[in-house]
Amino acid sequence: MFLEQLLNGLTLGSTYALIALGYTMVYGIIQLINFAHGEVYMIGAFVGLFLVTVLGVNILVALVLAMLSCMVVGMLIERVAYRPLRGKSTRLSALISAIGVSIFLQTLLALLAGTNTRSYPSIFNSQTFDLGFAEVSLLQIIILVFAALLMIGLQIMIHKTRIGKAMRASSQDLEASYLMGINVNRVISFTFAIGSALAAAGGVMVGIYYNAVWPYMGMMAGLKAFAAAVMGGIGSIPGAMIGGLTLGVLEIMGVAYLTSSYKDAIAFGMLILVLLIRPQGLLGKKITKKV
Amino acid sequence: MDAYLTQYIDPYYLRLLVLIGINIILALGLNIITGVTGQLSMGHAGFMSLGAYTSAILSMQFACPFWLALLAGAFVAALFGCLIGIPTLRLEGDYLAMVTIGFAEIIRVFLNFEPGGKAVGLAGIPQNTNFVLVLVMVIVIVYLNSKLLNSRIGKAWYSIRENEIAAEACGVDTTRLKVMAFTVGSFLGGLGGGLYAHYMFFIRPQDFAFMKSIELLNMVVLGGMGSIPGTIIGATILTLAPELLRVVAEYRMLFYGALLVILMIFRPNGLLGDVRVYDIRKRWGRKEVQANADTNP
Repeated sequence: MFLEQLLNGLTLGSTYALIALGYTMVYGIIQLINFAHGEVYMIGAFVGLFLVTVLGVNILVALVLAMLSCMVVGMLIERVAYRPLRGKSTRLSALISAIGVSIFLQTLLALLAGTNTRSYPSIFNSQTFDLGFAEVSLLQIIILVFAALLMIGLQIMIHKTRIGKAMRASSQDLEASYLMGINVNRVISFTFAIGSALAAAGGVMVGIYYNAVWPYMGMMAGLKAFAAAVMGGIGSIPGAMIGGLTLGVLEIMGVAYLTSSYKDAIAFGMLILVLLIRPQGLLGKKITKKV
Repeated sequence: MDAYLTQYIDPYYLRLLVLIGINIILALGLNIITGVTGQLSMGHAGFMSLGAYTSAILSMQFACPFWLALLAGAFVAALFGCLIGIPTLRLEGDYLAMVTIGFAEIIRVFLNFEPGGKAVGLAGIPQNTNFVLVLVMVIVIVYLNSKLLNSRIGKAWYSIRENEIAAEACGVDTTRLKVMAFTVGSFLGGLGGGLYAHYMFFIRPQDFAFMKSIELLNMVVLGGMGSIPGTIIGATILTLAPELLRVVAEYRMLFYGALLVILMIFRPNGLLGDVRVYDIRKRWGRKEVQANADTNP
């Protein structure tokens, strides 16, 4: 029972982590809470749904195509709503702009697809494996493995490639990287693209797992993922992964052993508790203020 | 009184005016926390809901006089504002924002409790709020607010926003003042919430969801951080915008979202964020001096 709940929690947590990565990477470079990120996740789920149900594409192809199209969406959002503001406004103005984008996209999808909850066709039969100590469904294994692959891929990209190095440099000091000849705008664009692709993957997987896709699904998921990113220490990539997994496990455990009606309160309560004990988040660096 | 006024003003416009007034009170409260003191709070709807529910329950179940219910609601909100202000001793920026979001969400979940009518909400709250009351309250609050912001405390709040370390070095007790800003801001939030509940007859937990906090934050940022006239303009525009956009029917929220982005691109610091009465006066003064200098070589 406990181990099964733990697996459920890890499955939910890995999708939170995928969304949280987008928040944390963008935050690390331009200190912006990208509130439209939850909407990118929602769009990813819808694109996947559209490809699978209307065009009858294979689910894996649909997943990849959803990731690619959300890359474009993410870059477009950055180009239209954030770049014009960069450098000449306070961070809060950019935040309001992000909220504007979020409202815009939610309404757009509600108009295009209707406000009804839609569901993916049952692609994976509800086959379960008995591991001796717990039962796992095929879908859970696929989600966990795929999320793990994406995160490992991200780590390799950030630590081994040129653009990854540029991203790390930009997150340390944007101005200095600019002076070193890094095309900062391109790095930021690229960061949005990668974050959006990860969110889209999360969206498609959640859509299949919970069998529900609707235009306002991005709001709560985005909020929770932001909570996960903050819990792990915002700006830190391993932090977002650990934060996402922790939040998912805590939420499922709270529902399983306490009460389901206070599900959201449990997640946020734990978050506040963590921040009261470690104000910089689990893996965040303590920033010493210089005068 | 309102019945008298509706002879001259369409009830629809009167209703809009009342809602603008309530939003001004709410936004001025958030302005103290976020605009003036610079502590990003994204859970103002939480304080609003505390005021709304406290005052509604008091006047419905305990037949409390309206003013007492209103005050009690505001004080409960202020108490929680003080409580949430205490973590600000350790948290900064977006970590604080997250705590305020979490706090408002937790409150919203717990509002599904028995005396609050669960998810259905409370209906049949006596409609004690009227236009004249809101107008008087707005005037009094704007007056007191500008007094407060020009006082020692207000200047200290601005100094925390501008540079916390420098403020501390100058002997400003930043901890105490930040908690104070949260308390005063949430008091106004609770007051606005009480007025709202007694105007709408009907409240439910969803009315105070995350989007409501964001709407209030939009008013403060759009108008210009820390500026009272800016906040009033921001609250007015954002209350009217959804109504004016009724022309485009179901595309309303689409335009609202786009409007936020466009306004931010063209006025990155808010409508009145970088305009100060002091500067305008100074500029006018300088022109006069120059004009005099030209005529007297």
